[in-house]
Order: sequence, then C-alpha cells, then structure tokens
Amino acid sequence: MAQIRVEALNKSFGEFHAVKDASFTVDDGQFLCLLGPSGCGKTTTLRMIAGLELPTSGTIRLGGDDVTMNRASARDIAFVFQLFALYPHMNVRRNIGFPLKCEGIGAAECDRRVVEAARILRISHLLDRSVSTLTGGDRQRVALGRAIVRKPKCFLMDEPLGALDTEMREAMIHELRALHERLGATTVYVTHDQLEAMAMADMIAVMNNGVVEQVASPRDIYDRPASLFVADFIGSPPMNFLPFRGSLEAGAQTIRLGEREVAVPAAREALAESDLVLGVRPEHVRFTDRGMVRGEVYGSEYLGTTQIVTVTTRYGALKARSPASISFRTGESVGLDFRPDTLSIFDKGSGRAIRTALHEGGAHG
Amino acid sequence: MSASNAAHSVVEPSTSARRFAGLLVILYAIITMVPLVWIVLTSFKSPDDAISYPPKVLFKPSLEGYCNVFTTRSRQTPEFFQTLGPPQGLCDNIARSRNMVVAGPSNYVPRFINSLIIAFGSTALAVALGTLAAYGFSRFRVPLKDDLLFFILSTRMMPPIALAIPIYLMYRTVGLSDTRLGMILLYTSVNVSLAVWLLKGFIDEIPREYEEAAMIDGYTRFQAFVKVVLPQATTGIAATAIFCLIFAWNEYAFAVLLTSGNAQTAPPFIPIIIGEGGQDWPAVAAGTTIFLVPIVVFTVLLRKHLLRGITFGAVRK
Repeated sequence: MAQIRVEALNKSFGEFHAVKDASFTVDDGQFLCLLGPSGCGKTTTLRMIAGLELPTSGTIRLGGDDVTMNRASARDIAFVFQLFALYPHMNVRRNIGFPLKCEGIGAAECDRRVVEAARILRISHLLDRSVSTLTGGDRQRVALGRAIVRKPKCFLMDEPLGALDTEMREAMIHELRALHERLGATTVYVTHDQLEAMAMADMIAVMNNGVVEQVASPRDIYDRPASLFVADFIGSPPMNFLPFRGSLEAGAQTIRLGEREVAVPAAREALAESDLVLGVRPEHVRFTDRGMVRGEVYGSEYLGTTQIVTVTTRYGALKARSPASISFRTGESVGLDFRPDTLSIFDKGSGRAIRTALHEGGAHG
Repeated sequence: MSASNAAHSVVEPSTSARRFAGLLVILYAIITMVPLVWIVLTSFKSPDDAISYPPKVLFKPSLEGYCNVFTTRSRQTPEFFQTLGPPQGLCDNIARSRNMVVAGPSNYVPRFINSLIIAFGSTALAVALGTLAAYGFSRFRVPLKDDLLFFILSTRMMPPIALAIPIYLMYRTVGLSDTRLGMILLYTSVNVSLAVWLLKGFIDEIPREYEEAAMIDGYTRFQAFVKVVLPQATTGIAATAIFCLIFAWNEYAFAVLLTSGNAQTAPPFIPIIIGEGGQDWPAVAAGTTIFLVPIVVFTVLLRKHLLRGITFGAVRK
C-alpha cells in the first residue's frame, strides 16, 4: 500500500479544460472520495492516477515515485469500473485470476489467491459460474475480487455502485467500507452520490468544473464548507443562502441582515463592503415568534421523523428541518431564527467562504 | 395469453397478424428463389430442353451441362470413332452421342481457383485492415476523425467502374494487370471502407473498460486488443467478412477489364462458355450453380453471427 500525491494536475481535451490545477494527497491506507456532479473532472482525475489518460501537466506520485507518465500496467494499481468490465468469455475463477495470469504467476499460487479473494468477498460458491449469470451485486464482487487478488499499491474505483439498484447499493456501501477496514488499502473512489461519499470516505475531495473545491473529512465538508458550491452540493436539502450586502471587521460577531443584527461566528478576516451570502443548514433553522426573519409557510415535505418546511421570505424560499410532530398550515406567518455558531458566510463574487471562528472548532475533527 | 382472450397484448402480435406476416415472408422467399431454381433446373437440362419455349418444368435430367463446363470437346468423323476404344466414363459417353470426343479439361477449374484465392485473400486482408483501423477510430482521439471516416466512406460513393480506365492504365504500368495480387489489392481497397464502417460500429459497442482493465492488469494495448477485444468482436468480424466475400466473389466489371489468361476469375469466364452453335446454356447454368456453393457454405457456417450482425446496434446488452 502507498500514499498517492497529486500535484497541480491539469488535463485538457482540445479546448476543453477538464481538470484545473488539482492537488491532493491520499495518505497510506486512507479512503478518499472524489465527489462532484457529472462532468466535473473527477473521473478524468482518477483515470490519470490510473494511467489511462496522460495529464497535460502536473505530477502524480505513488508511494513517493513519480509515475506521471508511466504505463497503466507499470503502476501496480487496481481499477474497479462502473460497468464491472468482467470478461464475458471467462468464468468467475478465470476473471478473478486474470491479473495474476498477466503477471505470469504459477497456477497453484494463482488458484490459492483466487480462492482467498473469493472467501473474503463471500463468493466462493460462484467460482465456476459464468459471469453472465450473476446478479449486479455479485458481478461487482467479482470485479472487486479481481482488484484485491493482486495486492496492489492502491485501489481506484470509478462509481462502482452506479449500476446497482438502491437496495444492493446500500448493502455494498457497508461491504466496501468493511473491506477497506479489513485490507487497509489506499483507495480513491469516484462518485456523484454524496450519501456514498459521506458513508464511506475518510476524506472527501469535492470537485466542480475541473477544480478541487475542498478536501476535508465528511464532517468538515458538511459543517464547514469552503465554498458556495460545496455548501450547495452537499446536504439534502442543501444549505439555505441569504444574500445581503455588508462589510466585516476582524472579530465582528454580528452581521446586519435587513434591519436586524444576526449573531455569527466571529470573523477572522476583514472585508470591505461587498455582496455576501449567509449560509444556514435547514436543521439550524428554528421557528420562534420573535425570529429575525419572517415569512409564510409554503408547504412541507413529510419524512417520517422530521419534515422539511419551505418558508417564503424576502430572501427567497428557505427550507427548515423540524420535528414531524409540529403541524404547519400553508400560508401561516412564522418567524425564523438561526443557530449562530453554525452559520457560514460566503463572498458572493468568488464563492469563497469567509474565515470565521467556525473554522477553528477542530478543523480536523 | 390465448387468442380467445378478449384483452389483447400490446407487444405480442395477434395470431392472424402473425400468420399474415408469415405468408408475406414465404411469398417473398418464393419470388426471390425463382431465378435460383431456374438456374439449377437449367443446369440439369439438355441443350434442347434449355431453350425450348414455353420453358419445361418437367424434363429428363442430364449431366451434359456439368460435363461441358469441365471439359472441352471436338467433333470427329465416324472413321475416327472406329479407331477408338469404348467410352471413358460418363462425359465421354455423352460427348460421343453427339459425335464428339472429350479433348481435355476446360479452364473452369483454374478460373474457379483464381476466384477462391482472390475473393478469400481480399476478404482476409480487408477485414484485417478494417479491424485495426476501426479499433483506432473507435478508441483514439484521431485528428480530423470525422473527415477521415467520411473520406473512407466517400470512396464507395462513385461507381467503381468509373475508375476502371485509370486503374487499367496504372496496373499496366506497374505490372499488376492480370495478376492475382492485383485483383486482391483492388478488391481489398474497395472492401476496406465497408469493413471500417461496419467494424467501427461493432467495436464501439464493446465497452472500452474491458481493455482498460486488461491494461491495468498488465497487458500492453496490443495484447489487450488481441486477447480481449477480438474475442468479443467475432460476431462483427464474421458479418463483415461475409459482406466483403460476397462482393469480391461476385465482382464482374473489374474482372472483365483487368484479367484474361492468367488471373481471370469465374464470373467473366462463365457467360462465355460457348458450345456448338452458340451459347451452351446448360453449361453456363452448371458453372453458375457450382459457383454458388462456396458462398452458401461460408454463409451457412457463419449464419449465427450474421443474424446478430445484421441487427447490430439494435440491441444494447
């Protein structure tokens, strides 16, 4: 197993700049998710780490060695594809053993390791079946088997659960995480599904338009988003944004939102008057009659234990998560309050999060 | 669901519709089979029956056509026949009944062998080149890819015969005129565009993850191509090979122009089989019937692939 270092990686396809200055490090044994909407460059980044694409510029280090221009077969990595990429003309045993055959490992040793891999993935009973008779989940287990049988430096996975149905996906998320804990393999996992990323990753790198917006733990990504994009992309429903105009002094603990003062985490940088955005997670919105923002209930979505209430205000529609036991009438006038220590402030122009006390409360927590 | 059931299925055609469709197919098959049956029947007729009007459907079968296509004969005087021993085999017997003797083998067999070598040679070459080119177009970012593909296709837009004179002059200059190699190269160049386009469709359908997985697992790209892509492209390769073979096997115009004594193929040879007093129709029909056999055998051998090949692209796996 090894550390993966990606430094200032760029990739252009003709005019299209797919990956822009991507840099991040995956420590030995860490599980990193590359998360982002489709077309954000996450798969291209993964393919460059694998050696299936060559970068336009930048460096990729695997366990300290510069492998930027190495052939895929010379990198000692394993890749799991979304469409499994099992060879239809081979049975399960030969599919799993294929990488070993390529390396010219003897039949007895090869067979021992195939059986071992099958045991770990609990597919021993399927070894002599043809892959075309397997279910989606079992096919993905075989694909994983082909990855782990070789004991590579790291695992790269490109939306491996994307082709599975919801139920199978849930089960595989837990299996993958358990497998990771057992093997301790350095893993880079590409997905557009934030739930997968949140459930499995040690670290998440959020990408948008080819740019790595933030690399942090799932908790930090959620609680301390580094940009408007991250705040909007992560969380369901996403963070509420209240645009306002104002200035900030270092140490300021309030902002002016309309006529009211709103308590926020103490600012750690000063900002001249500009367009700013206040970010509030739906679960940090409280209903109180003396609330700082007033609005009308537009509707609510019942989710079992909680409900998502949509309130139209002068800042647009805000969503609040509240216990399902409270009932709201459509058109009812309500007051809203925000939990001060959890608020984020963004610069509207650049989308960048303003540094506040929020970022100090255990930035690596 | 039974036919008596009042509710009818949206996807299953009704029994009567299916019968009607079946009838149409059979009717169409009969119409297309008529010329073929005509040729096969004619090949077993005597020269007189072959040209009788109205055409005879019932007649006394004869192998004279088959004898004549494989032999040349010469007319002899009665005195000469008295110097001969008893007839040597069936064909000699038939010839003598017409006051002739078998003088030797005809050119049919060498022409047929030329056809086999040229058609299968050019098919193999066109499919091999086409597979490599199609793989390249399918997998790599080739500069001007669309223009190149269009250019390759555009070589088929002109009727090939429009190029006959320049090709004739070129071939004469470089010494490829009336050679098997020349004909193989010519048919390959015509077929390779068809092969590239057909095979690109098939290879596009093979997920590139297969060979990428193989490359990560330690194969070079060429090894991945041979061991992973080719086994999955067999259907497309078989279908393409049949299309190429049919073209090269049946080609007439270039063969007439560019070949004669040495590399002549069967198509220009068969129609000019002359018997006594004009065209020997049973012999022409016999030559044609035998000529059909290799294509039929090849197609039957590969029919499983051909069926999926014709409908390729229609179904995603």
